[in-house]
Amino acid sequence: MVALSGNLLFIAFLLYLVGTAFFAGSIKDKKAREKDHGPNKWAKIGVTIAIAGFICQVGYFITRWVAAGHAPVSNLFEFTTFFGMCLVGAFIVIYFVYKLPALGLFTLPVALLLIGYAAMFPRDITPLVPSLQSNWLHIHVTTAALGQAILAISFVAGLIYLIKAVDHTKKTKEAIWLEVVLFGVVCTLGFIIISSVFGATGYKSEFHWIDNNNVEETLEYHLPALVGPHEGEHLTPDKFSPLVETPGIINAKKLNTVLWSLFTGAIIYLLFRLFVRKRMTLALQPLTKRVNLDLVDEVGYRSVLIGFPVFTLGALIFAMIWAQIAWSRFWGWDPKEVWALITWLFYAAYLHLRLSKGWHGKKSAWLGVIGFIIIMFNLIVVNLVIAGLHSYAGS
Amino acid sequence: MMKQVKCECGHVNPHGTVLCESCGRVLVEEEKSKKLVDMRYEGSARRSQTYNKTIIDKIWNFFSSVKVGVTLIIITLAASAIGTIFPQEMYIPPTENASVYYEDQYGFAGEVYYTLGFHNLYSSWWYLLLIASIGVSLVICSLDRVVPLYRALKKQRVDRHEGFLKRQRLYRATTLASIEEDSFENIKVKLKEKRYNIREENGSILAEKNRFSRWGPYINHIGLIIFLIGGMLRFVPGMYVDELLWIREGETVVIPETKGEYYLENHEFILETYEKEKENEAFTTAIENNGTVAKNFQTNVSLYKESGETIAGQEPELEKVEDYELRVNEPLKFEQFALYQQSYKLGEISEMSFALTNKETNEEFGQMTIDLHNPQDEYTFENGYSVELMSYFPDFEFDENSEPVTKSRVPNNPAFIFKMFSPEHPDGEVSFVAIQQTIEPYGDNDLKMAFKGVDTQNVSALTVRKDLTLPILAIGGLIFMIGVVQGAYWNHRRIWIRRLGDQVLVAGHTNKNWHGLKREITHVFDGSGIQEPIDQSDEITNKKGKEE
Repeated sequence: MVALSGNLLFIAFLLYLVGTAFFAGSIKDKKAREKDHGPNKWAKIGVTIAIAGFICQVGYFITRWVAAGHAPVSNLFEFTTFFGMCLVGAFIVIYFVYKLPALGLFTLPVALLLIGYAAMFPRDITPLVPSLQSNWLHIHVTTAALGQAILAISFVAGLIYLIKAVDHTKKTKEAIWLEVVLFGVVCTLGFIIISSVFGATGYKSEFHWIDNNNVEETLEYHLPALVGPHEGEHLTPDKFSPLVETPGIINAKKLNTVLWSLFTGAIIYLLFRLFVRKRMTLALQPLTKRVNLDLVDEVGYRSVLIGFPVFTLGALIFAMIWAQIAWSRFWGWDPKEVWALITWLFYAAYLHLRLSKGWHGKKSAWLGVIGFIIIMFNLIVVNLVIAGLHSYAGS
Repeated sequence: MMKQVKCECGHVNPHGTVLCESCGRVLVEEEKSKKLVDMRYEGSARRSQTYNKTIIDKIWNFFSSVKVGVTLIIITLAASAIGTIFPQEMYIPPTENASVYYEDQYGFAGEVYYTLGFHNLYSSWWYLLLIASIGVSLVICSLDRVVPLYRALKKQRVDRHEGFLKRQRLYRATTLASIEEDSFENIKVKLKEKRYNIREENGSILAEKNRFSRWGPYINHIGLIIFLIGGMLRFVPGMYVDELLWIREGETVVIPETKGEYYLENHEFILETYEKEKENEAFTTAIENNGTVAKNFQTNVSLYKESGETIAGQEPELEKVEDYELRVNEPLKFEQFALYQQSYKLGEISEMSFALTNKETNEEFGQMTIDLHNPQDEYTFENGYSVELMSYFPDFEFDENSEPVTKSRVPNNPAFIFKMFSPEHPDGEVSFVAIQQTIEPYGDNDLKMAFKGVDTQNVSALTVRKDLTLPILAIGGLIFMIGVVQGAYWNHRRIWIRRLGDQVLVAGHTNKNWHGLKREITHVFDGSGIQEPIDQSDEITNKKGKEE
């Protein structure tokens, strides 16, 4: 059952990849460009494949649930894959409302990155610690993830909008920032690639080091150590020795991973620039050529409108109910809670700016992009860097 | 005092109205030159846009601004984020002193963080003030808009003024040689199919649906206000209890804050961990990789209620209410209280045994067991031997003057000063005994207290909680959800069809999701001979684009 579950996830991953290619084809298709009547054959195949992938991933979810006896949303790997699944689900629904192939072309890669990112963390089925043993685990986490996924559609829509609407031939602030956002996405890819490469070779180097409380600890690196821990003693001298040592308050291993991701991301980016000879945004712009800006703006806005109540329900209300039952208080200013509140406040500001201040178009698109950055911050940084009650993630 | 504005159509509007509530005619000169009217609040007279004289007007106008509201939201958002940079004081280890902890752990940044008070950010006066300001802004923003909006929507006429229709985003006039009643009927049927409510007057049609969605924002704001009030009520005495109850195995104690009415007995504390042999096979690798994973924290308790009057100094009479297995996620509830499994301590020393022993011959003259929670003053043995417990330090350490003191009443590190009496030493020999340490302050003794063993027991920590604000918060949350769903999942749409001579004017408005409205309009006017309205905002942007 566990093996079957893993295979289904892998098939889903491949299908999303193929689906992306078909959506790209639907935009490149010259014949379709002339008759502007709805999605063409390529897009139809693309969405069919996306649905097939989604069904496979639902299969992964169900089989893993059966194998574990609890919904697979209890650690970082499970949550992030589930988030990716919800994103694809939200896309499929919105696709049938607005028939926008470009949305598929940009959403599926985001889902792919999410699932790929998730797979870099421990994938074991873990038994539940006492505080997680509740049906609210299923209710709270799934609703919160669904809400975030729907909100994430506004990021994709915002990205499409900006790639099309911003003039990338000039060096405007807007153009540069958008390129930075894309570079961030590339670094995520960099993280996945570099972790997979060294993971496949089984790279390991060990250190003894002195932590902040003067206690000696052991640290195991799975990537060559560019930065070593505080007063670290390298135990595996045949492996790459660190160039710099970090102070005790910094987690050297995490910093090392971040540096490797940036480094790999930079190489991918430079290779891209070398071969394509264009900024990434400019290279992507032709893919958005047929996109109706008004429609994309509307998609972004609607996904916030639909996602906001779901997010409120899942990430705040259900969260409070469960916190009251498990921890005796509905709110405790735990970093994850605070960042859920920040996300909520942010989207509340989005809605007010749009409704009352008339922030449409580019401004609104940027807000969609920033909102997603906040969501990702809550998923990644708050889990891995800012420890708290929600840090179930493991290394 | 209030200058009212009478429209040409005869309707009397409140002072400050931009668009006549009834016919929609533009009442303000400068608005007349604009291509499109601002439909945000139906051009109604908002107090904040009308008065700006007294202090109250100024305060009102300040808080009624969405710009101010959004600014408050953004500031709160940023402040909240700062509070997560380092852990809040409540999450640092309880034994640590905040004034040194932050500097110790996080260096200079930590020191700054502590000095600025960010270690208690969420209970700081300025953070609470921010939240309160958001609350005030919610109330004033809502009142400023909802009353005039309600009036305007209630009073709207079916045949609105030409100038109003012309300035709608979706608008078009069709000139027809003759109007076929059939096609009008057909349009009405289609509108009804799309669930529009239709009003007709003088051959004009107003089709409207989901007006209630306009109230969504105001309802969700009411929910938020109730929620914030609920949060404030926590500070009212008697509404909220937060106590930690440490209870040892075998102990029966009064539950704090119950006015001595309820008692709790701890029968046993149970800690279970996952063992890979016994568990689901799927867990095996995870258990191997993670080592010990906790499976269950449980305290088996009995809850007692005191029956009848107790006389001071007498043991209370207790009546059992229930036996309960108290686990995480399964609190024990009684009356307005709930008990939660919060923490535990395994193997706390509860008893220590000693033997009064001759140092040279190792002859024992008697054994004694000291109950560390309730030690006796004196322990007597046969043949004239006895031990007096002169001092007891449950949690012993030496203070700065090298005097023995106790840090707490918990027997973490017990130490004793004994006076040992024997026929040879009727005045007693004094000995200071701590774990693995004996001091004889008055020279060499003949006797010693030989350590014989300890008994340990588990201690469970339970949170005692009463929170009478929960129902209010629940109602607030529910109202918020209803309001937000109402406002987000439905759209208020209106289509005006007006016959003016040989022209048919069609205009459409929605508060959001124009795409959906356009699709409905296309469906409704398809094949009617009346041209469907065009999006005038597109024209404006296109023109702008060309000019640039």
